[in-house]
Amino acid sequence: MNPQFEHLYQALTKVDGYIYPNEIELSWSILIVLYPFITGLVAGAFILASLERVFNVKSLKPTYVIALLTAFAFMLVATMPLIFHLGQPLRFWEIMITPHLTSAMAIFGFVYLWYLMVVLLLEIWFDYRADMVVWSKEATGLKKWLYKIFSLGISDVSPESRRWDDKLGYIVTVIGIPSAFLLHGYVGFIFGSIKANPWWSTVMMPVIFLFSAMVSGIALVMLVFMIVNYIRKQKIDMLCLDTIAKYLFYIIIIDFTLESLDQIHRFYEAEESFEIISLLMSGKLFVTLLIFQVLIGMIIPVISLGTMQFYKPKEKIRQGIYLVTGILVLVGIFFMRWNVVIGGQLFSKSFYGFTSFKLALIGPEGFLMASIWLIIPFLILAFLLWLFPPWKKTQEEHVSVE
Amino acid sequence: MKVAKENQSRRSFLKNAGMSVGALLVTSALPPFNAILFAANKPKGKGIWYGIAIDIEKCIGCGNCAKTCKTENDVPPEPFFFRSWVEQYTIKNDGTIKVESPNGGIDGFTQSVPDGEIEKSFFVPKMCNHCAKSPCVQVCPVGATFESPEGVVLVDDTYCIGCRYCVQACPYGCRYIHPTKNVVDKCTLCYHRLKKGLNPACMENCPTKARISGDLNDPESEVSKFIKTKNVYVLKPHLNTGSKLYYNALNQEVR
Repeated sequence: MNPQFEHLYQALTKVDGYIYPNEIELSWSILIVLYPFITGLVAGAFILASLERVFNVKSLKPTYVIALLTAFAFMLVATMPLIFHLGQPLRFWEIMITPHLTSAMAIFGFVYLWYLMVVLLLEIWFDYRADMVVWSKEATGLKKWLYKIFSLGISDVSPESRRWDDKLGYIVTVIGIPSAFLLHGYVGFIFGSIKANPWWSTVMMPVIFLFSAMVSGIALVMLVFMIVNYIRKQKIDMLCLDTIAKYLFYIIIIDFTLESLDQIHRFYEAEESFEIISLLMSGKLFVTLLIFQVLIGMIIPVISLGTMQFYKPKEKIRQGIYLVTGILVLVGIFFMRWNVVIGGQLFSKSFYGFTSFKLALIGPEGFLMASIWLIIPFLILAFLLWLFPPWKKTQEEHVSVE
Repeated sequence: MKVAKENQSRRSFLKNAGMSVGALLVTSALPPFNAILFAANKPKGKGIWYGIAIDIEKCIGCGNCAKTCKTENDVPPEPFFFRSWVEQYTIKNDGTIKVESPNGGIDGFTQSVPDGEIEKSFFVPKMCNHCAKSPCVQVCPVGATFESPEGVVLVDDTYCIGCRYCVQACPYGCRYIHPTKNVVDKCTLCYHRLKKGLNPACMENCPTKARISGDLNDPESEVSKFIKTKNVYVLKPHLNTGSKLYYNALNQEVR
């Protein structure tokens, strides 16, 4: 037997009921789970940043730059799992050069570039330009040159030029909010528009993706904010932390409501695919859906964050609760992506049976490779925080442009 | 005077430039809206327009079609890659349904349900439906999957990036990733044979002539007459894929 197909012969023995013969192997594996997960973190982190900037939630100020840099670090990696997943990775640029516009996937490159280049990069640049000019005079060696290069030679630090930076940055943020919505709503549409798959094909999908993105992004920034402060041995601004937790609480409730609505609708209408989907939910997806996604990722966080809205224990305890809750939320949203991507391929489109999925440890689609794609953004973020330390910025209030 | 003229020309330059940019923006904004209308459009279908007809009453489950297809089209021999396969449906007395397709039916079938429990049993040959509003063509991000002018859905394997979106989009499970080419592969209705005026290999080798193909636009073609005279049905009609594979005597249990 050709060892290339060994896993398929194994999978063949695990088929439950009838599946089309081409359906043994899942087309999209862990890398495609990472794709909406990482993109969601980007969109969510950015939306948190814009809460401060555009909606003037002053208490979130300490997280503004951290949120932007987090979004940027993850955005740089967002396409990598996609490209490495392709059967022909070297042909990925075809999607940019000859996009086939009826495909929901075709404009991803453009949405991505728009968001990365126009929104994130510009906003961060406007925010840091004057600081970079100042730092380029103080720093030595590599840092000095990096600041010089990144400030693009625009060395004006007059109050007037800073006001312009701020104004333009504000405009970019305003454009950025619908862009963040577009980015992740669009990712949801990639799945939601597949009419062949009843587990994916729901008009709610983009909305659910958007709100779950906000949930995961806010949780991530909350964790990064806490960890950065721990590492720097700084006292955490509790007003800020409580405010993030409050927003996280609200958004989880919205997300939970939307997802419940989707499932209630599915059960109530009980269409042709209902039987296979209910078997899927109570069988193959029981642990990842009901335990990880719903219980760990939603119910426990709602209870813990909800309690914090009425009862505020000592700061240390609160921090501990936020830390654990943040991690649970991220685990929950990761499994939400898992349940969408993997779950949607476990049942046959004949609705007569199931295939199985076993995550390999090594290989391009293995657990280790997936972990690497999740660790790299944190390394990038650490580098960004070293190069652009938010705590060394000249503390100036954003000019309010109302 | 000279200055004024220069100003004027600059203004007209700006005006023209502005109008061109505006026009470019407007026109570039239009295609995405057209793009939404893929499945909502009427199929084109001028000239020869291939369709397929399969008579379930005639199929004996010999698996010749599936076997021939693998040989003719260099489909990998392993039982995970099929352009064409046969399913055996068995509806039991208690109403439960058993579907089987061991090795796509290539090695023939045995009935695993005891005779006394069987209400009815039949074979359903499956292949690409060559849909007129094909979801796979719709979702291909680079246009590597396309519809030929004769209505045959084909893949350009030098162009496919292997993203597998089309595999997800096909409601009938007719696509697979070729294990050595790393691009998608599917039934071409033996396009290479059609172009020479020959029948697809699976139809040529069907001993009971249960499957035929031909021009749907020609009312005198065998396939047109078949559709006209029998109670034909397509798979998953509610998905509105514009399937051009018509089955005679298709049970509602078949999906």
